[in-house]
Amino acid sequence: MSTVAQGLRGFAAYMRSLMGADAYQKYLDHFTATGHAGPVMSEREFWRDRMDRQDSNPQGRCC
Amino acid sequence: MGKVPDKTALAEGLDPTLPSPAVDEPAREAEERKWTPAKIGLWVAISLLGAVAWFMLALVRGETVNAIWFVFAAVCTYLIGYRFYSKVIERYLLKPDDRRATPAEYKADGKDYVRTDRNVLFGHHFAAIAGAGPLVGPVIAAQMGYLPGTIWIIIGVVLAGAVQDYLVMFFSMRRGGRSLGQMAREELGVIGGTAALVATLLIMIIIVAILALVVVNALGESPWGVFSVGMTIPIALFMGVYLRFLRPGKVMEVSIIGFVLLMAAIIGGGAVAGTEWGAAFFHLDKVTIAWGLIVYGFIAAILPVWLLLAPRDYLSTFMKIGVIVMLALAIIVVRPEINVPAFSEFAGRENGPVFSGALFPFLFVTIACGALSGFHALISSGTTPKLIEKERQTRFIGYGGMLMESFVAIMALVAAISIDRGIYFAMNAPLALTGGTVETAATWVNSLGLANVNITPDVLAQTAKDVGEESIISRSGGAPTLAVGLAHIMQQFIGGPGMMAFWYHFAIMFEALFILTAVDAGTRVARFMLQDSIGNFVPKFKEASWRPGAWLCTAIMVGAWGAVLLMGVTDPLGGINTLFPLFGIANQLLAAIALAVCLAICAKRGVFKWLWIVAIPLAFVAVVTITASFQKIFSPVPAVGYFANNQAFSKALADGKTEFGTAKTVAAMEAVVRNTAIQGVLSVIFVTLSIIVIITAVVATMKAIRAGGGKDNEDPPVASKVFAPAGLFPTAAEKSLLAEWEALPAEKRTEKAGHHS
Repeated sequence: MSTVAQGLRGFAAYMRSLMGADAYQKYLDHFTATGHAGPVMSEREFWRDRMDRQDSNPQGRCC
Repeated sequence: MGKVPDKTALAEGLDPTLPSPAVDEPAREAEERKWTPAKIGLWVAISLLGAVAWFMLALVRGETVNAIWFVFAAVCTYLIGYRFYSKVIERYLLKPDDRRATPAEYKADGKDYVRTDRNVLFGHHFAAIAGAGPLVGPVIAAQMGYLPGTIWIIIGVVLAGAVQDYLVMFFSMRRGGRSLGQMAREELGVIGGTAALVATLLIMIIIVAILALVVVNALGESPWGVFSVGMTIPIALFMGVYLRFLRPGKVMEVSIIGFVLLMAAIIGGGAVAGTEWGAAFFHLDKVTIAWGLIVYGFIAAILPVWLLLAPRDYLSTFMKIGVIVMLALAIIVVRPEINVPAFSEFAGRENGPVFSGALFPFLFVTIACGALSGFHALISSGTTPKLIEKERQTRFIGYGGMLMESFVAIMALVAAISIDRGIYFAMNAPLALTGGTVETAATWVNSLGLANVNITPDVLAQTAKDVGEESIISRSGGAPTLAVGLAHIMQQFIGGPGMMAFWYHFAIMFEALFILTAVDAGTRVARFMLQDSIGNFVPKFKEASWRPGAWLCTAIMVGAWGAVLLMGVTDPLGGINTLFPLFGIANQLLAAIALAVCLAICAKRGVFKWLWIVAIPLAFVAVVTITASFQKIFSPVPAVGYFANNQAFSKALADGKTEFGTAKTVAAMEAVVRNTAIQGVLSVIFVTLSIIVIITAVVATMKAIRAGGGKDNEDPPVASKVFAPAGLFPTAAEKSLLAEWEALPAEKRTEKAGHHS
């Protein structure tokens, strides 16, 4: 039973990264690792910034 | 820059306090070349199974063939292609070096350049390349029987499609994630680069228009479809607001909510379409839907991304993975019997009702996505290369990702050919041939003289009733046929016959979702390309935030694809039937452009002995598309040649006829004259631009061969400070190196991993 639960958890984690739900965590990791100058963005600010940058930098989707 | 990367300098740049960022070359060589009995046995078994499957498909002529053989033939061939052919490309042509940092490492910014786990990136890349294309082309190509399409999808991807994706991704990665357009300009000079840019822009317009046409054809006169697909807009808006203001970053949560709402919209659509007011209100003709889509396309492209595009992208990704896994499971569990012949009566003719033209070259342009898709070159350069963790992973992500898409195409083909052939032709022939009623359609299908086809009006009426539609006659475009096939298979897997209507509209919904995302994103990308080009003359246009410029360019782009869409919707010859070849030609010409750029790059790297790896698919796709274009331009057969048709109708008009062929009025005849002229001119422009690009690439290649190499435009090599395995499963050597990395103190690892060089 625990193997099944583990498998499901693994799948959920995979789907999370696939959908990009862990983007903020990755940003934080990067931020702490490099010690950028300036304040860190809050989660809300990060997602706002991420979406708004897509406005001026669109990515194609395939047919 | 400018020279072959200096290996000693790179070696000196490595951090001596860290384990190696790459598996030791001799150790990897030894591992790859060592053939244990178990390994030999495995590959012999895979080869044998593949051979048996191909034998069953190609040579055994029974009444039926089981769908499972398609799965085995495809998977075994992919495995062999991946293990052996892509390895040859890696070893001799591309020569990735894991000691070099990827852009995700040396340009790391935590936003666009982020090292991403290879398995996640594989799924990510797959979701970006696979859309409605591989679901539609194989369905339309099934007119010729199952074998030509199957061979082209499976062999084509191994030798052409996956090669293109892999090469473009690798070269873009070596150039910091540069786009195909930028690479073309750099490698081919101003003329080749400009031609490539203009061709890309035009091709995007055509592709968006024809994808939109597929949606219009699927939703026309279908209240259920219109309601449920229409509901995706408020659902996406709600998700957008939720993510922006209520719970930012809760992507999974909002995707699940969206998915539940989507299912509710499909089920609700059935109830709404069942009521009198619902049936009346959502019963729209194709022209109305086309106009709706044009207005929607404009608004969607100027709205901020967070409001509509991003949330729908989440939904689309979520659905894509789910649907494909489900379809694969269903085909393996249900294993439908296929009674379509390997080669149909239309394989040797050029006047098939679903698409016109002979098998060569038109089958190879009808199936673009799934075998070779030029559009992928735009995705493989750009986003994905900025996320790759290690150079060696490009084989798995680029080549492997495309194999996955090919598998989707095979499943679409299986789903489409699992339905009765009579129903297939009644659904896919233009209205002018079927007459639009079950009686006329049945009479027409039976008059074709197809083996084992004897359809009755009752069967056509019953099928429509089963899937919850008023009619399935002349629902061309591929999507409805696939939806019927999928419903047919899925109801045997889950839910039984009572669920057919749900599964049908589920399939229509996800195809529409993929296409609307592609339409939105395509319009945006095209708008930026146009703004950028105009910006060379009027600098103000380069400012993305300048509203009037953005709106004007969006309007131009939407106007351009909207015009082609309306032309297709109102075309008396049946729209999709005449336009789909143009879609395939456009897509394949883009592939020719991408491969031409890759050829020039490979020649400049000095690997002349292995240039054939690029030259073969390039030559094939160039011959196919140029022949197809020439036939579309010069063929004297009106069914094939745009100008021949144009002349035939012009002459009929001049002779004072009031109906001609399938056009029953003077207005319709004039429409044909207009449409064929536009389609013909577009073909001429495409083929001219592509020939320019190919010639400039060949010139650049020859020059490089004579000079023994050429200018290398790669970013300068930076020593890597991270390690990750190359493929799905780590090898023994990779595992032991991983263990060394894991033995490092954690703070040292993260600090080094993300450090700016």
